[in-house]
Amino acid sequence: MITRILCAALLVLTLQLGAFAQEQDTVVIITHDSFAMSEAILAGFEAESGLTVQILRAGDAGQMLSQAILSKNNPLGDLLYGVDNTFLSRALAAEIFTPYESPLLPLLRPELLPEADFMVTPVDFGDVCLNYDIAWFEDAGLSPPDSFAALADEAYRGLLALQNPATSSPGLAFLLATIAEFGDEGEYTWLDYWAELRENDALVAEGWTDAYYGHFTVGSRGLGDRPLVVSYASSPPAEVLFSEDPEAGAVTAAITADGMCFRQVEYVGVLAGAANEAGARQFLDFMLGQAFQEELPTNMFVFPAREDSALHPIFAEYAQVPALPASLEPARIEQNREVWIQAWAEVMLS
Amino acid sequence: MLYLLPLAFLGVFYLYPLLSIFDISLRPAGTLDLSAFARLFLSDTYLRTLLFTFYQALLSTAVTLLLALPCAYIFVRYRFPGKSLLLSLATLPFVLPTVVVALAFSALLGARGLVNDLLRALFTLDYSPLQLERTLAIIIIAHVFYNFAIALRIITAYWAALGTEAEEAASCLGADWRALWRDIRLPLIRPALLSAGSLVFIFNFTSFGVVLLLGGIRFATLEVQIYYQAVNIFNLPLAAALSIAQILSMLSLMVIYTSGQKKLQLSLRRGGASARLPRRRREKLMVFSCVSLMALFLFTPLLALVARSLFAGGAISFDGYRALAERSRGSLLFIPPVAAIGNSLRFALLSMLAALPLGLISAYMIHRQQRLARLFDPLFMLPLATSAVTLGFGFIVALDEAPLNLRASVYIIPIAHTLVALPFVIRSILPSLRAIPRALGESAQVLGATPWHVFTSLDLPLLAPSLVVGATFAFTVSMGEFGASLFVAQRESVTIPVVIYRLFGHPGFAPYQQALAMCVVLMLVCAAGFLLIERLRGVGGGEF
Repeated sequence: MITRILCAALLVLTLQLGAFAQEQDTVVIITHDSFAMSEAILAGFEAESGLTVQILRAGDAGQMLSQAILSKNNPLGDLLYGVDNTFLSRALAAEIFTPYESPLLPLLRPELLPEADFMVTPVDFGDVCLNYDIAWFEDAGLSPPDSFAALADEAYRGLLALQNPATSSPGLAFLLATIAEFGDEGEYTWLDYWAELRENDALVAEGWTDAYYGHFTVGSRGLGDRPLVVSYASSPPAEVLFSEDPEAGAVTAAITADGMCFRQVEYVGVLAGAANEAGARQFLDFMLGQAFQEELPTNMFVFPAREDSALHPIFAEYAQVPALPASLEPARIEQNREVWIQAWAEVMLS
Repeated sequence: MLYLLPLAFLGVFYLYPLLSIFDISLRPAGTLDLSAFARLFLSDTYLRTLLFTFYQALLSTAVTLLLALPCAYIFVRYRFPGKSLLLSLATLPFVLPTVVVALAFSALLGARGLVNDLLRALFTLDYSPLQLERTLAIIIIAHVFYNFAIALRIITAYWAALGTEAEEAASCLGADWRALWRDIRLPLIRPALLSAGSLVFIFNFTSFGVVLLLGGIRFATLEVQIYYQAVNIFNLPLAAALSIAQILSMLSLMVIYTSGQKKLQLSLRRGGASARLPRRRREKLMVFSCVSLMALFLFTPLLALVARSLFAGGAISFDGYRALAERSRGSLLFIPPVAAIGNSLRFALLSMLAALPLGLISAYMIHRQQRLARLFDPLFMLPLATSAVTLGFGFIVALDEAPLNLRASVYIIPIAHTLVALPFVIRSILPSLRAIPRALGESAQVLGATPWHVFTSLDLPLLAPSLVVGATFAFTVSMGEFGASLFVAQRESVTIPVVIYRLFGHPGFAPYQQALAMCVVLMLVCAAGFLLIERLRGVGGGEF
């Protein structure tokens, strides 16, 4: 008897859970764990468009993309946001997107637009750069390194914390910047450079949190002993924004010398086979709208893709945007990712 | 008939998704392609990884059991104030995110940590004498820190319900303490020892964060390789091959373990052996040193977190805590972090309510159906030995159509948590269940008791202590968010660990303080949960 009741209950529950019908006036956004936007702006969009927005998140950008590819025959949502230029090639090769040419495209920074037949649209960018502890360098009477070559100098021995490119996105970006700088041909390649970094006692942390909060002198509040860390160009203004006393000014700064930063561009795309393609397009345009773009720095610590967006005052004052960031073709990244990471690991671990 | 329930659960939510993802990974073009397996043997990287994974897991398990055993003895034999509280709180480390534990460990044992500061001051050294960072030693220490409670609680719950006749008889016959341990105690508690040992081993075997964060990139387990291949390289065949290798090595180990279990004729009694107050000096010293060592080892890292969450710029500040009630900057994810407590509790409660009956039924099935047990016992352990990424991908490809379109539903969270919690419940209950004298139930039935009656008035009270342990771990597993990466709607799925990871995901003093404050909240909520679960023991009535 009890068995039968339990079975019936289970069945009812399953059916009820299964009845997750997609309504026409719902638009589903797939994104990564770092996605954030303010509730008020979202409510504004919902009121204006009559759509209900559902946001699905699944781990980091890599996990999200893998799962989107796995479900491409029966997509989980209508719009995918958060694929960056290191993963773009994989997303395009898997043909998960359907093209859409937003009328707002002319307002975006032209250098961010990919050659991808409107499959994806850039939303924001962020630069992975070295950050340094201003007070530490002042006390030591040392100026922060102004080139990759300088970083390998004896003067900066044991000062740098960076991330494992196999598991961390800024770690990979930093590795790519060195590859763009030194190349993989000729007498001195990026691998030779890394051998020097290793000699110079660069510390490889697992991920951004571990490096910044565990080893960086500023982030770890004295626990770590590394005054140089691989982070973002947006980290110094974020430090100011969230400090106890924003008036006191910056405690960290980014090194934005030519070629020393790697630019990550995040894209959004309408998923092929989307249940609500029209809604997806509407939300995409909304993401390029001024309201969404202008709150990107304070919500996700990235910079708006729109050229005419005003920056939050603290970002306007403390953020340095590199004039000439390093870049590599997305296709080249996808093709060589495994080989590069493998070669890197051999240099760093041998 | 009832046995079908856990089997169906496992079939639908574990085997089906797992086989689906393996199918997609290994049969991409419709034909089976096993070349990925060949790659496992082509380079010695994977073999080395497998060996290291085994080695560190074995070492961690051995150390954990070795430390937990004497403590369990003291908890079983002696009564002292705060005993059950201490037992509950010992489970706290289990719930903390690895990022946080790594932070606590470096605050204590790091080159600039507290211990080194003390040593430097004591011996006026100008260097840090304790160099543990990025060594195997600190991986082992962290594993013991995480798993000590599993061993302690499972052994204690079982042992406390055993009688002491054999031991007393042996003592009368002149057995010394060595003989007592070798011939009486260890054989008696062997089932619990194996049960706890196998859980701890699997847990260490699939360790991810601890190994990467504390050990550095030099050390990598299979779990790390699977994540890297599946997510960063998107080499699904190789990831599947590695997952299968991981599962098979665990499975073979489990089969050896289950077939090696001897039938023991023991008598579990209600109330069991009664603990007494320590009387002699030696006994008092033993209790004191066990309690203080436990407190030192388990609670100083936790206290280091509390301290760091309260200190801001050299002064005590509650800003981190105050901010938890606010919705920072009106951001969508930053639902007021207190709301995350409600979400976490809801999922933990659901997982516990599902894992307890399912685990109980499974334990009965494994116990009663001797022949099937060889198959099912290892099977139920497998979710714990399966990489979270693999299972998460499995959910995406398998649970995508009605009536099981669960891949984007919030219910997938408690389901995933239940899968992981089940082995804990089963391993907690099984040793006690096996020790219930069969004659007891049989004579009750002869006298006219229904099976239900036998279960509620005979078995249940005897199992109560083990059930409490199982429930505690089910609750903890869910609160600590051990689980696959799942696609779930933002608002409903923001739990305490998610908030901690989010806060630790960007720079700034305020997020740091809030993340630490949130960790402390996580510990407090769990401690409160443990105490409540402990009160449920009233059903059993027994003291231990």
